[in-house]
Amino acid sequence: MKTFNYHSAKDSKEAKKLSSSNSAFLAGGMTTIPSMKLGLATYKDIIDIKNIKKLSGISVSGKSIKIGATTKHTEVANSKEIKKTIPSLSSLAEGIGDPQVRNRGTIGGSIANNDPAADYPSACLALNAVIHTNERKIEASKFFKGMFETALKKGELIETVEFQIPEKSSYQKYPNPASRYAIVGVYVAKHKSGVNVAITGAKPCVYNDKDLAKALVSSFSSNSISGMEVNSSNMNSDIHASAEFRASLVVTQAKKAVEAC
Amino acid sequence: MKKVNLEINGKKISKEISDHTLLSVFLRDILNLTGTHIGCDTSQCGACVVHVDGKSIKSCTAFAADLDGSKITTIEGLSQNGKMHPMQEAFKKLHGLQCGFCTPGMVMSAIDLLKNNKKPSDTEIREWLEGNICRCTGYQNIVAAVKEAASKM
Repeated sequence: MKTFNYHSAKDSKEAKKLSSSNSAFLAGGMTTIPSMKLGLATYKDIIDIKNIKKLSGISVSGKSIKIGATTKHTEVANSKEIKKTIPSLSSLAEGIGDPQVRNRGTIGGSIANNDPAADYPSACLALNAVIHTNERKIEASKFFKGMFETALKKGELIETVEFQIPEKSSYQKYPNPASRYAIVGVYVAKHKSGVNVAITGAKPCVYNDKDLAKALVSSFSSNSISGMEVNSSNMNSDIHASAEFRASLVVTQAKKAVEAC
Repeated sequence: MKKVNLEINGKKISKEISDHTLLSVFLRDILNLTGTHIGCDTSQCGACVVHVDGKSIKSCTAFAADLDGSKITTIEGLSQNGKMHPMQEAFKKLHGLQCGFCTPGMVMSAIDLLKNNKKPSDTEIREWLEGNICRCTGYQNIVAAVKEAASKM
């Protein structure tokens, strides 16, 4: 690995000040460090944000849950407040990677990285999340721009992710048996205002499937989406699963999610 | 260069290190604590698992500079007065290892499991150890060893 200058920021202001076109923020490092080791990414400065106290923690207020960017997957998985209000979110966190990854990896890191097969981006879309940064608030629907691409600008730091508490919800992942990343993951959430069916793993970027959501708005049961066909032409295809298999999994996992709601 | 202060296996250590030093490299190459193994070096195999402030992590995927002020326990820190930890005893007794390369990570990970779950089921043990890969045993005796240790701890 090429060396860099390690900085530990005390607050968001200092983190921003230290950032440059050749720097990266470091939270859990579960993707950043392997990428640097493989030479896929090199930085002059690594700005550790884990010591910014304000960025960690969970709070529930009325209709939403706020999770600090450096909150670890284990904390979300074990949070009594989240288990009570959005159990699907704690079970999603429990299914990420392995225990050691969950002890280090953070929600902010997962979202900022926007891996096509990551779990949290689907939660953001399904639960109408608002991403609070050090500069602005971004709706999840405008945050995830493409493969490993988000609306974040250089020096912009995720501080909190705010999830809307749904009436009911479920996340059903068909995991890669080795990595536990989603081959396809479907997050169904029924809100007062409508239904979201967020899909991860199937395409280069997480998305809301409008057709499945529409069918579920008219009748929230697995029967109403049973037999629906999803177009596979823009889907990922690799050694783990063909595009056609992924398209089929979208419907299968969506049905499972509705039944588990 | 960065100066880090760490407590490793109960001993306070202060060292000047390069910013990009991984914890696994720091333990093995600088402190000669070679019980922590580097297998895949991509945070998949779990041979490098150690405890940081009581929680298991993969030391190949953490910068030592990042852990300044932490308390770290490695496989070398488990035995007390020359007596093996019950988890080590159980792995020995029930042949939970063959080549032994994955064993330090398996043991450290399994101890972390028992901290939160005193009597795990076979399934819970298998799920917990999904980040620890063994290419010899077929896992049966590892699961048996963790259960045995749970009954003794």
